[in-house]
Amino acid sequence: MSTYAKKQGFGATLWDFMTTVDHKKIAILYLISGGLFFILGGLEAVFIRIQLAIPDNNFMSAGIFNEMITMHGTTMIFLAAMPILLGIMNAVMPLQIGARDVAFPFLNSLGFWLFFFGGVVLNLSWFLGGAPDAGWTSYASLAIHSEGHGVDFYVLGLQISGFGTLIAGINFLVTIINMRTPGMTYMRMPMFTWTTFVVSALILFAFPPLTVGLFLLLFDRMFGANFFDVAAGGNTIIWEHLFWIFGHPEVYILILPAFGIFSEIFSTFSRKRLFGYSSMVFATVLIGFLGFMVWAHHMFTVGLGPIANAIFAIATMAIAVPTGIKIFNWIFTMWGGSVTFTVPMLYAVSFIPSFTMGGVTGIMLGAAPADYQYHDSYFVVAHFHYVIVGGVVLGILAGVTYYWPKMFGTMLNETLGKFTFWLFLIGFHLTFFVQHFLGLMGMPRRVFTYLPGQGWETSNLISSIGAIFMSVGIIILLINIVITSVKNVRVGNDPWGDGRTLEWAIPSPPPFYNFKQLPLVRGLDAYWIEKMEGKKEMTPAEPLDDIHMPNGSIIPICITIGLFIAAFGALYNMDNKTWSVPVIIIGLLITFGSMLVRSLKDDHGFHIHKEELMDDKDKEVKA
Amino acid sequence: MHVEEKFTDATWPASPETATLEAKNKYLGFWLFLGGETVLFASLFATYLALKDKVPDSSMPLAKDLFEIPLTFAMTMILLTSSLTSVYAMYHMKNNSFQKMQTWLVITVLLGFSFLALEIYEFNHYVHLGHSFTSSAFGSAFYSLVGFHGAHVTFGLMWFLALMIRNAKRGLSLYNAPKFFVASLYWHFIDVVWVFIFTVVYLMGMVG
Amino acid sequence: MKTRLRKWRLISLFAIMTLILAGCGEANLSALRPAGEVAQKQFNLMVLSTLIMVLVIIVVVVLFVIAIVRFRRKAGDESIPKQVEGSHKLEVIWTTIPILLLIILAIPVVTYTFEFADTSAMEVKDKDGKTKDAVVINVRANLYWWEFEYPDYGIFTSQDLVVPTDEKVYFNLKASDVKHSFWVPAAGGKMDTNVDGVNQMYLVFDSNKANEAENLFYGKCAELCGPSHALMDFKVVTKSKDDFNSWVKSMQTVAKEPAVAEGELAKQGQEIFNQSCIGCHAVSTSNNGAGMGPNLANFGERERIAGFLPHDEENLKNWIKNPDDYKPGNTMSGKYGDLTDEQIDALAEYLLNLKVEDK
Repeated sequence: MSTYAKKQGFGATLWDFMTTVDHKKIAILYLISGGLFFILGGLEAVFIRIQLAIPDNNFMSAGIFNEMITMHGTTMIFLAAMPILLGIMNAVMPLQIGARDVAFPFLNSLGFWLFFFGGVVLNLSWFLGGAPDAGWTSYASLAIHSEGHGVDFYVLGLQISGFGTLIAGINFLVTIINMRTPGMTYMRMPMFTWTTFVVSALILFAFPPLTVGLFLLLFDRMFGANFFDVAAGGNTIIWEHLFWIFGHPEVYILILPAFGIFSEIFSTFSRKRLFGYSSMVFATVLIGFLGFMVWAHHMFTVGLGPIANAIFAIATMAIAVPTGIKIFNWIFTMWGGSVTFTVPMLYAVSFIPSFTMGGVTGIMLGAAPADYQYHDSYFVVAHFHYVIVGGVVLGILAGVTYYWPKMFGTMLNETLGKFTFWLFLIGFHLTFFVQHFLGLMGMPRRVFTYLPGQGWETSNLISSIGAIFMSVGIIILLINIVITSVKNVRVGNDPWGDGRTLEWAIPSPPPFYNFKQLPLVRGLDAYWIEKMEGKKEMTPAEPLDDIHMPNGSIIPICITIGLFIAAFGALYNMDNKTWSVPVIIIGLLITFGSMLVRSLKDDHGFHIHKEELMDDKDKEVKA
Repeated sequence: MHVEEKFTDATWPASPETATLEAKNKYLGFWLFLGGETVLFASLFATYLALKDKVPDSSMPLAKDLFEIPLTFAMTMILLTSSLTSVYAMYHMKNNSFQKMQTWLVITVLLGFSFLALEIYEFNHYVHLGHSFTSSAFGSAFYSLVGFHGAHVTFGLMWFLALMIRNAKRGLSLYNAPKFFVASLYWHFIDVVWVFIFTVVYLMGMVG
Repeated sequence: MKTRLRKWRLISLFAIMTLILAGCGEANLSALRPAGEVAQKQFNLMVLSTLIMVLVIIVVVVLFVIAIVRFRRKAGDESIPKQVEGSHKLEVIWTTIPILLLIILAIPVVTYTFEFADTSAMEVKDKDGKTKDAVVINVRANLYWWEFEYPDYGIFTSQDLVVPTDEKVYFNLKASDVKHSFWVPAAGGKMDTNVDGVNQMYLVFDSNKANEAENLFYGKCAELCGPSHALMDFKVVTKSKDDFNSWVKSMQTVAKEPAVAEGELAKQGQEIFNQSCIGCHAVSTSNNGAGMGPNLANFGERERIAGFLPHDEENLKNWIKNPDDYKPGNTMSGKYGDLTDEQIDALAEYLLNLKVEDK
């Protein structure tokens, strides 16, 4: 506690966060920046719904609208949902497996800064000549055709933040494989750790195709290559394949952590172990695996031929089976339990019907011949928002509320939380339920306006009203955060009272070394087992000894800033600016130079001595 | 085992690349990274195959007009040999013979540079035949695939050099042994990718 | 009390009926009101999958409601429930039943996938190289407008697609600038118009359903293609086989003898047209000019101006004056300099009299 609770000036705190390699602080960074991008993406969504509330609206121009939808999708997926989930993973996963940090603390920090500056590059486009406007899928023919630098910002922003995500994926995989505490076998890992594990593997294999796709687009737009120029022999369908080979696993990268969060919440607030744990693990792995086999169901109308369409249709439907297994296991976790409706549990409970809706429309979309009707219509918009908002965002809201005390040492207000919950849930269904019908009634997606008299007015208005509900819900959440942070009522190890896994056995927030002595795990729900035997804390697996910790470092930011600078050089390369190539070189020199410094400078970290740890214990006893 | 501890031949562990937790993490993490790299190159290969011989007009050279086996076969042999020499280097690393390891690494790096020199010559030759990065989709795909590999070779060489110069005076320790080891893993990976390039691009290019 | 209840019941019944009817959308636009064989089969598949899915939802929701109602924690209840590991029997049940349901769904999915992809009739040619017994239309999608070529009849038109009812109409689909997608929701699913190659599909328009829709269906571009993607509409005019044939005849006649403007104003308009517009727009049905703009040979008979504005003089003039106000990002703006109001009046007169059928 000695160094942790010390009051710091603002500058010192800022420096601390810029150089930190502590997974818990990096988690906070992810949460804050992901949260800011979430609000940005949310505002874009509200603008979209204002524009579409009535027919023939001219709230914004067609060009701006396309920029809005592109940035809404890109921001929400790459800069909001994924980072917030990575934040929760960072905060919780090492604690759940009884580790003192992740395997590569330095890379963890680098991963965050890459994501963050990638997001900054992308959003700077608003001020530097217009945002990308080719949709978040950025299909090649339109992306090549698009004027201005919008699409360049998209390419470079995603490229930089994509590297960050890839690094995070590798880091989590190694952490889970190598750094589990004694007794924490694979089949004793909490469900959230399992989903983190599978998701990290998905990231590792799904992001490289995106990287390649983005490189091709970058070379085409900025360096005169011809990958997508049909006149020069190019082929635009390559982009669609590469994008969706990444894009479909990406959906599971988003939803699986939410599944993990809900699994923890269901079992905690039902006071019951997760029903069918091993089949849940199996289903998670299977979903991850099948996630790579179905990408072409996004391309049923491209004209791949009936054989490809039929195969991908069947593969898509197959995913319903493991997902169904999960839904039933959650219901049966509650069955026979002692269910209490805290705010996280409310989100979890409402997630079941909401997500089931999104899941079944997924099967309907998988039926290729019917998909010819659904594809690129509002039906698809409804479907993926049911999955992503009804699954991922509910999961994020649940996870943030659930782990808030563990991350910040204080609880969010339950009453305000319930307001947020109801407003958000009602708003969500209002907004997206009617969109199924809009699609079936012939409304294509990504339209900046529509003419009256096509039967779409009422539904669109309802949809826009729903968006207001959701916004109010989120505003109340922000108020909640401010109020409870100011009050700052401290909480103990296990604030929800029914914690089952290791993270609830240590203080909230945990000391920077997490575990004074690594805990001994004797089964699934390790902490619950000890509690049931009347113990207050875990049995240590090792004697009290020196703890080796890594040093903080500013180098991750330096590496990132180099890429940031190089990105601007590349961006203006096609304008024949004389400074563009030198800027690329300077940027890359900064990046590789920083990497060299990192490689050449010995950094052995430091040790916390046994005596200091004992002092802490004495202090705690006195207090 | 402390990372900076000085070892004798007797105390030097059999697998220094995985003797500490940090080393184990690095070892595993790097293997995983190579998994990701495999997907990256697979995507580039797929792109290349889709765009092979796709040129805007028939006067432009195609794969069978461009590629010559003798040159690329020589490049293949050079890179394969450099892979072998890096194996020798790692053998000596495991035996705690630092100087021998450095010697073999020098040979590896020299072979690597000669490979790069030949590649630059090759690219230059093609450009003069009218096959450039911007001339056709075929050109873009070819230079992206082979060029990405070339960039990996360059990065690998820089990495080896940095490690060799950095540790020239310090000798081996459990802190830097894993670094040498993963660098050589990287080098093998580059070699394997080249074998695929040689087969898919050059050999299959010759038969049409 | 009782009557009041009955009244309420009636009102709610009406409310539900209106909701359902409104929920089906417009007859000329909605996939829920199928107007031909393809759309009908797709609709049937939708219904089948919806039924299966509703069954799943009901099972989930029932179990779910029981779970959250029956097992809620009573205040002060500190008991620890039995820690159940799982149940193999249940796992098997909820693995096999979904698999069975999916197999039921998979059969029509695979059948229809192959059925809809069967465009072999397009390949059957007679000795003149014309398609033997099928109407084939080449669709070319361009930034915000559609071109329809009838290769077997040697005629071109644009924006209004004219098709015969009660037979399979085959399409070759292609885009000339960026990717678009060809969609007539009431008649069947969409197919992308790629820049890379030609896609093929067919649709059927049922004559009875076409009558319900007043022989006019709405077509949409379903792939984001730029600012005016939302306005890239086209119309499908359905005709009985005889009417269709006579339409083809008159189109072919015009192809041989190009229209001559009648009246002073129209003649003036034609002159302006020949100076400013003919570089992009053809007025003969036999060709598509340079392919840069819609063919205007039968412009006077079109359903809409620019694909979506009501077909009247006022809109036409506004459109010519400032196309970018109506379709941002279109390729026509700025191609013909500023025209005076008088010139535009003349041009409008000329264009609105470009007719093929009722001369």
